[in-house]
Amino acid sequence: MSAATIAVQLVGRLGRFRLDVAFEVPAAGVTALFGPSGAGKTTVLRCIAGLERLGGRVAVEGEVWQDARSFRPPHLRPIGYVFQEPSLFAHLTVRGNLEYGLRRAGAARLGLDEVVAFLGLEPLLRRSTTRLSGGERQRVAIGRALLAQPRLLLLDEPLSGLDAEAKAEILPYLERLHQLMRIPVLYVSHDAGEVAGFAERVLLMREGRIMPAPQPPPSGGSIPTDALAGLARERVAGLALAALAAGLEPIKP
Amino acid sequence: MIGVVRLTVELAGLTTLLLLVLATPIAWWLARSRRWWREPVAAIAALPLVLPPTVLGFYLLIALGPASPLMAVLHPFGVRTLAFTFTGLVIGSMIYSLPFAVQPLRAAFEAIGERPLEAAASLRAAPLDAFVSVALPQARRGFLAAAILVFAHTVGEFGVVLMIGGAIPGRTEVLSIRIYELVEALKYGQAHALAGSLVLFAFLVMLAMLVIDRRVGRLQP
Repeated sequence: MSAATIAVQLVGRLGRFRLDVAFEVPAAGVTALFGPSGAGKTTVLRCIAGLERLGGRVAVEGEVWQDARSFRPPHLRPIGYVFQEPSLFAHLTVRGNLEYGLRRAGAARLGLDEVVAFLGLEPLLRRSTTRLSGGERQRVAIGRALLAQPRLLLLDEPLSGLDAEAKAEILPYLERLHQLMRIPVLYVSHDAGEVAGFAERVLLMREGRIMPAPQPPPSGGSIPTDALAGLARERVAGLALAALAAGLEPIKP
Repeated sequence: MIGVVRLTVELAGLTTLLLLVLATPIAWWLARSRRWWREPVAAIAALPLVLPPTVLGFYLLIALGPASPLMAVLHPFGVRTLAFTFTGLVIGSMIYSLPFAVQPLRAAFEAIGERPLEAAASLRAAPLDAFVSVALPQARRGFLAAAILVFAHTVGEFGVVLMIGGAIPGRTEVLSIRIYELVEALKYGQAHALAGSLVLFAFLVMLAMLVIDRRVGRLQP
């Protein structure tokens, strides 16, 4: 078990099916956890955050967060978590929300001003969270998670509750995230087009298991270029993933 | 007369304060526990709603009287009886008004849901920290409702305070009992004045409840 990885092994019952996953990915860049709704992606993410507890083992960069004998509670895990719905604190202003994690995080590598500038939150700071648009809320939620100084960022379908316009507003921030903070990101999504653009690697999940998933096809590789001519690389990769998720077998050359 | 009013306000104020402190952990547990005995406990906490005040007063009189096991425990501390004392009245009022504190607080805690507390945990807030910094402020409507209801209900109680207070002037004689005594003595003029003020008070309390509920509700959908 090397130190610079995220190693997860979880077993347990989850409603009608069994969750049984094991994976180890480098603790760097964006790893997409991709699959249809109800595959157990969110449960995996919640277990890594410590919000839910199944049997197994979770170790991040050599630190054991959970194993047979120990379970570290969520507030002691250096994570940032962005929920599907922004889940902002309604009794605090935007600034109050941003400062909530920052104040409790100890030594801050990332300051409020940096995050506010990066996400363009300046005009919202004094507003109540109840008067924000969906896109604005999710931007604040991302900023709030980043300011908790995470060593691992967990994004749980951060775009799925948004309309197309708001999605287009948020996506560029997620793509540029690495410019602000070099931390590993686990990104849960059921939308292939969304993750294909910037995920370095993809874990495909179905019915509580990780599927043997090939990496997104490299540009100019062995894909049938005739049929896909003119499509953006992201779009092609998205189609490939969607086909896999739908249960199609990859063609063996 | 002023003494009676002051005693009543003191009793209601102290009862409200102590009861909010006592009811908060009970309501929190009722809102979040998944144990099977949660509803039986909730039913016990709601009993004073349906029990005749005389039944409650009777048992309290026995429990706070010199012969009770409770007083035997307190005897070494110099307490022989709490019946017919102000302390006894506060204890009785707290039990009598318990549901009026627990119900709104439980509803408020349940309305918050799991998510804000999970968000707080993911932002490094330990459970107690999350309770103080997220659950309490988000349940403020419930606290306001509980405080107003308990205060008003304590001002309005009669049976329990009569049973365990004994209507001792200056010590346990509160407004509602004074009205009863005035009527018995056929002093209708004074009874009118007191009863009328209590009607006005009750109206103002209900009005305040409704207005505050709308105001706070607007801030926090």
